[in-house]
Amino acid sequence: MPISITVNGQKHSVDVDPTTPLLYVLSDDLALNGPKFGCGLGQCGCCTVIVKGAPVRSCVTPMSTMAGAEITTLEGLGTLEKPHPIQKAFIDEQAVQCGFCLSGVILTAKIALDRNPKATGAQLQQALANVLCRCGAHTRMMKAIKRYQQEGVRA
Amino acid sequence: MNRRDFLRKSSGALAVAFASGSMRELFAQGPPQPGRFDGPGTPQLDAWIAIDAAGNVTAYTGKVELGHGLYTSQTQLVAEELCVPLARVKLIQGDTAIAPDQGTTSGSQSHPVNFNEGGLALACATARDALLQMAAQRMGVPASILRVDDGIVSGGGRASLTYAELLGGKKFDVTLNPNAKRKPASAWKILGTPVARLDIPAMVTGQFPFVHNVRVPGMLHGRVVRPPDVGATLVSADERSVSGMPGFVKVVVKKNFVGVVAEKPWQAMQIANALKVQWSKGTGLPPQREFYDYLRQQKPTRDSFVVNSKDVDDKLAKAAKVITATYKHAYNMHGSIGTSCAVADVQNGKATIWSPTQSVYPTRNTAAMLLGMKPEDVHVIFTMGAGCYGLNGADTVSFDAALMSQAAGRPVRVQLSRKDEMAWENYGTTYLIDQRVGVDADGVIVAWDYEAWTPGLGGRPGYNNPGNVITGFLAGFEPQPFTPRSPAPDPTNYANNLNIAPSYVVGNAGGRRGGTGRIASERVLTHNVRSHFWTGPLRSPERLQNSFAHESIMDEVASALGADPVAFRLKHLSDPRLAAVVAKAAEAAKWDARPSPKKAIRKTGVATGRGISCVLYEGNNGYCALVAEVDVDQDSGRVTVKRFVAAQDCGPISNPDGLKNQVEGGILQGMSRAIGEEVTWDASKITSIDWRTYRPVYLGADLPVIESVLINTTNAPANGAGETAITIVAGAIGNAIFDATGARIREAPFTPERVKAALVGRS
Repeated sequence: MPISITVNGQKHSVDVDPTTPLLYVLSDDLALNGPKFGCGLGQCGCCTVIVKGAPVRSCVTPMSTMAGAEITTLEGLGTLEKPHPIQKAFIDEQAVQCGFCLSGVILTAKIALDRNPKATGAQLQQALANVLCRCGAHTRMMKAIKRYQQEGVRA
Repeated sequence: MNRRDFLRKSSGALAVAFASGSMRELFAQGPPQPGRFDGPGTPQLDAWIAIDAAGNVTAYTGKVELGHGLYTSQTQLVAEELCVPLARVKLIQGDTAIAPDQGTTSGSQSHPVNFNEGGLALACATARDALLQMAAQRMGVPASILRVDDGIVSGGGRASLTYAELLGGKKFDVTLNPNAKRKPASAWKILGTPVARLDIPAMVTGQFPFVHNVRVPGMLHGRVVRPPDVGATLVSADERSVSGMPGFVKVVVKKNFVGVVAEKPWQAMQIANALKVQWSKGTGLPPQREFYDYLRQQKPTRDSFVVNSKDVDDKLAKAAKVITATYKHAYNMHGSIGTSCAVADVQNGKATIWSPTQSVYPTRNTAAMLLGMKPEDVHVIFTMGAGCYGLNGADTVSFDAALMSQAAGRPVRVQLSRKDEMAWENYGTTYLIDQRVGVDADGVIVAWDYEAWTPGLGGRPGYNNPGNVITGFLAGFEPQPFTPRSPAPDPTNYANNLNIAPSYVVGNAGGRRGGTGRIASERVLTHNVRSHFWTGPLRSPERLQNSFAHESIMDEVASALGADPVAFRLKHLSDPRLAAVVAKAAEAAKWDARPSPKKAIRKTGVATGRGISCVLYEGNNGYCALVAEVDVDQDSGRVTVKRFVAAQDCGPISNPDGLKNQVEGGILQGMSRAIGEEVTWDASKITSIDWRTYRPVYLGADLPVIESVLINTTNAPANGAGETAITIVAGAIGNAIFDATGARIREAPFTPERVKAALVGRS
């Protein structure tokens, strides 16, 4: 029985085992590069997507719970020509090393600031407590997030 | 042609061109075919540089982007030397069909090899020289009066000529010219500037194609089934237990290698979980709690001296004071954030492997051995993976994909599970180090005695050891043999590539002093033993562990003598550049010159302190000194670094912001390893298998401020820069903990339990 989802504004109907995690559909069936498999355990954030205004770890989210869902991935935020302000903040701060973790970092931070544009440093830390970067780009990433907070968030 | 179509149709390099400027053309068409190249150090210029009909430059390099910015800095190098804008350079990295064999991208060697007088830099200089000569000939004027701007040669009062007019589409047909002159750093306009990374826009917008995103027509998905215990061997794998499952294609068995292949990745995972496999019992593991004692007792050993002045025992016996201490460093893992992934297509006697390997040519050869094919029938295409920091699962998963594709007769993509990545990767090894340092009555060190035990197994597969990583071993290849040797022979030349000798000795071997210090009585002896676990290079391999022990004991000696740690280091250093980074870091940190520990320390609550450390990485490849300022919560044992100040000198700086990013990243990663990362095991298997059981520093942690002073030494060779700062992080933090609390912590990582134990034991 096909399951319908909308990803970055485009409707898709996919016929998969309903236990299949959303991530596999996004990266395999829909060939998206943004969400990535990092751990399959919901521990790192690489697979993060936005559903109903919340960051969701797609590697542990079965398709059975996604019928009719509207999903935004990292590539749904902005484009190369017109990056979203938070993406632009990461470019401006050069807040990237290997780049594999960015779905978790950017989307989680974006949601935290969308919900609370005046989030304190401690609140941002709390929001990013379960988001991992292994290259050690942490300090630049936090700078980029704060830059977005100051310059980019539309309240 | 849209992106997916391109990826489908492209059989060769997934050439990713991030044309700077517009950034519109994310995926370029395949590059022009370069000229022949014949093995390492190929002398044919056409193997390195091509100029197309429009005058655009394509450069081919064997040194690849690993998340450290090398794609961008190499593009800068090419643009600089050939005098064209960045946007007119396309860089092709790591492809056994079209790029030169430059071995492995590792060991902080990309700058030494490609940014000095050889490799890519020499190719660029030769190309510019050749183009000038062509123009001179066409114009009938001497080349010396001509100049190049934006790919146009002018001067001599004649009509200018473009690269396209001079060579466009044709071959140079010359060999690399060792006399071709590179531009001096003083003339650089592109190199040496903080060019923004060319790949970041595609990464932050989710467009960048990692190896994980390679999708080829007819591609299946494989999953490995590793043994449950270390040393377990396969008894049986029952294909019938899974053959009826949805998407099932095949169970692949080769000696002890087991994998399953399915139509979809989720199906492959379920089939792998359901497969009935019987394994023998494992070989058993020594208790982790007693591991360092166990390590010290291991026989046989392979013993090596870096230096042995043969007067150390005598000098120590006569010393006014001898300070001794034993240091321990845990096994660490690379723990890449993306589990390793590769795609292989092995059909009709040919193989193509899209691999995140650091070593396309060695991987080609070892994959060929594994597949029973000739190297020339295997094509390895570097495709970027998650940051690897050394030998992560990139090579082993390339073998996994190759074996499964060969068995299935179709392209197979394999991405490891988190557990398979963490339980079987080639760890950064553990160390047990005894230090004995003798000082005279004037407070000068007169003898240094180092003795270490460290285990190893496997390593980089290189060109002919597929058994150096788990997949090759399971499939029937042995790791490179362990050859015991004791006693160690006398060293004939000074080789401190692993920073086994401290910075403070003269490094006298074979009658020549190669060290950076003043201590002439020196003995540095290592006992290598067999490891139970796979080991291999992890960012600053061995150098990090050794430097922790060196920089800690140096601090202990300074403290025992009541000397300031910075002044005491400077007193024992002879290398002016190393002394300069120590002084710079101290100055920038506003170092409070006094002995450690602080006076009148309270024994409860939060204590603050500062520590310093330094290194000449690999004995010849970049200088760094680092100050750490820490808070130690003496009630919980928790250590929080508040501030790091680094001073780094790695010769002429190719890209100051890229260098800064590497220094900062190395420091943060070093901090993560120093305070929390440790491979763990039980009686039969590895137990650090996910991010709950192996704890790195998360983004939301209390982060330090990181400041870096970059020293741009343009009259020296270009050194590596990615592994320098990380090497000395544990030393700086450990010294700062001591300064704050008076407690010396001699075992990394500095977990709260260990810090508390050290606090209890302080005098």
